[in-house]
Amino acid sequence: MKPFDLQRADSLTHASQLCSERNAKPIGGGANLVDLLKLEVERPDRLVDINRLPIAGIERMDDGGLRIGALASNTAVAVDDDVRSQWPVLSRAILAGATQQLRNRATTGGNLCQRTRCYYFTNIDQPCNKRAPGSGCGAIDGVARLHAVLGTSDQCIATYPGDMAVALSALDAQVEIASANDRHRTVPVREFHRLPGDTPWKDNVLEQGEVITAVTLPKPVSGRQIYRKVRERSSYAFALVSVAAIIDMADGLITRADLAFGGLAHKPWHDPRIAEALIGKSPHEALFDKAADILLEDAQGYGENDFKIPLALRTLKAVLAEATGVQL
Amino acid sequence: MTVHFKQDEPDTRNLLDQGSQGVIGTAMSRPEGLAKVTGTAPYSAEYRFDDCLVGVLVTAPFTKGRITGIDKETALAMDGVVAVIDDSRMTARPAQGGAGEAPQQSPRQICYYGQPFALVVATSFEKARHAAKHLPFSYEADDVSDIPLDPETAETEAGDGGMQAGDLAHAMATAEHAVDVSYTTMGHASAAMEPHAAIAQWDGGRLTVHASLQMPNYNISELADALDLTEDKVRIVSRYVGGGFGSKLGLSEETTAAALAAMELGKPVKVVMSRQQVFQSIMRRSESSQRVRLAVDAEGRLTGFGHEARVSNLPGEEFAEPVLQSSAFLYAGENRLLALDVARIHQMTAGSVRAPGEAIGMPVLEAAMDCLAEEAGIDPVELRLRNIPEKDPGKGLPFTTHELADCLKKGAEAFGWDSGPRKPRQNRDGEWWIGTGMASAARVHNVAEAKARVTLNADGTARVQSDMTDIGTGTYAILTQIAAEMLGLDPANVMVELGDTDFPRGPGSGGSWGAVSIGSAVVIACDAIRQSLAKKAGIDADDLKLKDGKLQGSQPRSLSELLDGGNMSEEGHYEPGDISDDYTSSSFGAFFAQVRVNRHTGETRVDRMLGAFGFGRVLNEKTARSQCLGGMVWCIGSALTEALHFDPVDGHLVNCDLAEYHVPVHRDVPDLEVMLVESRDPAASAVQGKGVGELGMCGGAGAIANAVYNACGARLFEFPMTPDKVLADMPD
Ligand SMILES: Cc1cc2nc3c(=O)[nH]c(=O)nc-3n(C[C@H](O)[C@H](O)[C@H](O)COP(=O)(O)OP(=O)(O)OC[C@H]3O[C@@H](n4cnc5c(N)ncnc54)[C@H](O)[C@@H]3O)c2cc1C
Ligand code: SF4
Repeated sequence: MKPFDLQRADSLTHASQLCSERNAKPIGGGANLVDLLKLEVERPDRLVDINRLPIAGIERMDDGGLRIGALASNTAVAVDDDVRSQWPVLSRAILAGATQQLRNRATTGGNLCQRTRCYYFTNIDQPCNKRAPGSGCGAIDGVARLHAVLGTSDQCIATYPGDMAVALSALDAQVEIASANDRHRTVPVREFHRLPGDTPWKDNVLEQGEVITAVTLPKPVSGRQIYRKVRERSSYAFALVSVAAIIDMADGLITRADLAFGGLAHKPWHDPRIAEALIGKSPHEALFDKAADILLEDAQGYGENDFKIPLALRTLKAVLAEATGVQL
Repeated sequence: MTVHFKQDEPDTRNLLDQGSQGVIGTAMSRPEGLAKVTGTAPYSAEYRFDDCLVGVLVTAPFTKGRITGIDKETALAMDGVVAVIDDSRMTARPAQGGAGEAPQQSPRQICYYGQPFALVVATSFEKARHAAKHLPFSYEADDVSDIPLDPETAETEAGDGGMQAGDLAHAMATAEHAVDVSYTTMGHASAAMEPHAAIAQWDGGRLTVHASLQMPNYNISELADALDLTEDKVRIVSRYVGGGFGSKLGLSEETTAAALAAMELGKPVKVVMSRQQVFQSIMRRSESSQRVRLAVDAEGRLTGFGHEARVSNLPGEEFAEPVLQSSAFLYAGENRLLALDVARIHQMTAGSVRAPGEAIGMPVLEAAMDCLAEEAGIDPVELRLRNIPEKDPGKGLPFTTHELADCLKKGAEAFGWDSGPRKPRQNRDGEWWIGTGMASAARVHNVAEAKARVTLNADGTARVQSDMTDIGTGTYAILTQIAAEMLGLDPANVMVELGDTDFPRGPGSGGSWGAVSIGSAVVIACDAIRQSLAKKAGIDADDLKLKDGKLQGSQPRSLSELLDGGNMSEEGHYEPGDISDDYTSSSFGAFFAQVRVNRHTGETRVDRMLGAFGFGRVLNEKTARSQCLGGMVWCIGSALTEALHFDPVDGHLVNCDLAEYHVPVHRDVPDLEVMLVESRDPAASAVQGKGVGELGMCGGAGAIANAVYNACGARLFEFPMTPDKVLADMPD
């Protein structure tokens, strides 16, 4: 672990200030960052402990939505009565991730910013454009089992590994961000994470000095909410493929189809064309195939992860069938 | 005094059944259990010594070549760094189990990615770790394209265990039914919870090492050899071991490095491997490719039996995963062919991981038997029953006790096995296909030379001492029970001290031989004490009835009276004789599994699993059952999730932590049922028992594979059966 300077922020302004100087990073629960510090994948000069900031609350907003403070733990969010009854897909996604002990520790802000589990990213003796820009990508010719099939670049094929953000993407949540000089901005979760492109070291749109303060959920919508995570073992494993879905029907027709996918890309994948194809239609298998075609039109496998393409297709169809009562 | 018993014949004295205390075989809890669960049982890295320095190993970031220079000056200038050890006596890979001599040294010659070659010692762990990461060194690495990494294309050598009888090809060609199937299995890690750890102290003349090792009796020779010391200058203490599963059989790199540092610096030095180091530089179980050929006549009797396998190891390593070990005798068939090849590749050392051989050989054989049962239209249980040989079909030797038929029948009944016609895809529960499968279990029985000292004190307490270890298996418990039973004592009055090479040499924990070997030594020592007591009491030893610390009879006498206030101490020495020339001995069992396979995603979960196991005497019902349960959990892992993934370019292991090497989690493990089918096997050991430590994982992955087929119709030839593989083969 590289020696670093540890500062405790006592206000948001102070936190952004501290984070904007030197090569600083905020630390939430540390469930991801501390592992990466030990491996020297992350080598900040300064850690800014934000845990004393008053941003751990979960509160209803005037418009019926919910504001989840960046320091609210994964456990607190997953067991929140409002979340469980009004936005159950979020609770289900969180509970599908990691373990109870990790969820107790993990914060909402930290979970959004968790880094890829690419094997080459975490081994500092291997090439990785995300960790060491320009060094190459070990995964493209290597073990790419966990890797992306959508939105990849020849620089990086990593996936965003988390579950919570997939549900947040389906829910069209917003990320509230504070930066130095008391500037604030709000970014939709769907635009928060990036594709790797030529700058794979940038996981998301946060700039140096910016700190997530909250995530807000729009007011509840009707429909069935499903989070389905496919994995080798039944717990404590990252998704091979996951689907978050909010599907509503009226008079035998689909009226809402908010879908997001995990395990497929460098970000929770959301494709508005899928909802367009589904809404107003009566559900049946051929329609689901069409939705899957749209999702996977540009999918590209890298050998070991080829299976994710049929798996995503089948998982999407299973979720749509479950949500609409269609028999496959 | 030492009492020596060399077992050349069955030991029909059955000494343990002569005890009167009534504790042997019972489900007694571990005497050390409370200390373990309250965190007060010290594991190797937890001893506290003043002035203890901490060392961290430096490992090679390339696959093959040479370290040409180490810049110690730079490291020594770093905060807290005390020394950089790069002694040529450092060991560069773990010793194989039972080696008894130092493994490969010359650490600067790099043979595999992640090989340790230096140790940075500092005043704290964090400082040592940081300096180890930044130790400057130069190296010449071979071109990766010249390094053999793929067993498929690497050069191979013949390994042990091959045999040929009759004409298998002819038997196949003329058979009523035959199958010829090929499988692959991926590498496994032991994944013990406690990482490899050692603290070494040098007092100027003698070395004491607290280390997490399974076999101090061999490890002392390995360490002394590595350090050029005589064994009397070395003491190894290994009282508690947080799981070994083969990975701690041989001396490993941290122990030698800690010892060399302590000797150089004159202060205690602690070295604990990181999880990644354990994965990268300790034993792997070799991957394998296997071909099974089975031919039967119209009655389903095997006429031909072929099992060929290719495994891999580093050049120069003698160990070759003994895949065919139980195939040699499990089923009949006069035309036989067994052949094992070892591919020479540059991955970390392949060695013993729990149940070496059977762990991957049995599931494959049992999956092939399922194919044969289908082909021949015979119920899988019945097919196995019809092919249990009278004698070892290869060597022509009789078996010691043979429990397979009993386990198959009792297990099938308890599981509710349906012996009607079998067809895949008959049962569905919503999205899930449900199916059942079964497999036989077999694990060769091993015993080893063992010594233990038993001291009976006048106050009615006894002490048992050996350098034998308890690797979480229950050695403390069973030795307490054996001594209590033989000497008629309350188990609370028996003190067992293990894992210290200053005590008599035990057998070490490995190959499932621990309990029966050291147990035999304790029985022998206790029997000698009983003989002396009988003499003192003036009665025949056969009439000696000891219970609750008293000599029973018309006029009970206390032990202190018999001992005249003194104590009595005997060393028992058990030695397996040439009885193995006369018998083939194995533990047997049967597995039955019900699984569900998701028809959309190919995810497979085990619903329930039953194992029936026969291994002679049950010394402790609870600890034996726990071994079987643990083995069955390993079956689930090796059937469905566990696999080492190696980079195809430079061969480094990519999934080297417990997040990415997928052992089963609680939610993967359903209610498991264990049936113990007990007997007495006088030819197996002086406790009439055989090994049980590994039996529970010898074949069960095959039962799960067979159940996957029965559930969803995907007949897979690759282990583990992850969702991607199931989906690829599942009919629509
Ligand atoms: C073995 C294991 C298994 C796991 N399995 C899963 C799983 O199945 N699914 C899943 O979703 N997750 C899983 N996780 C990941 C876990 O959920 C994350 O590690 C955790 O949520 C990170 O949250 P944290 O608060 O501890 O973040 P930290 O480790 O503190 O920080 C992570 C990153 O976020 C940044 N950060 C933290 N807070 C803020 C903020 N407010 N503003 C801006 N940046 C911030 C940090 O600088 C750092 O870069 C697993 C983790 C482990 C170790
Ligand atoms: S996929 Fe991305 S994270 Fe992984 S090695 Fe390539 S560049 Fe690095």
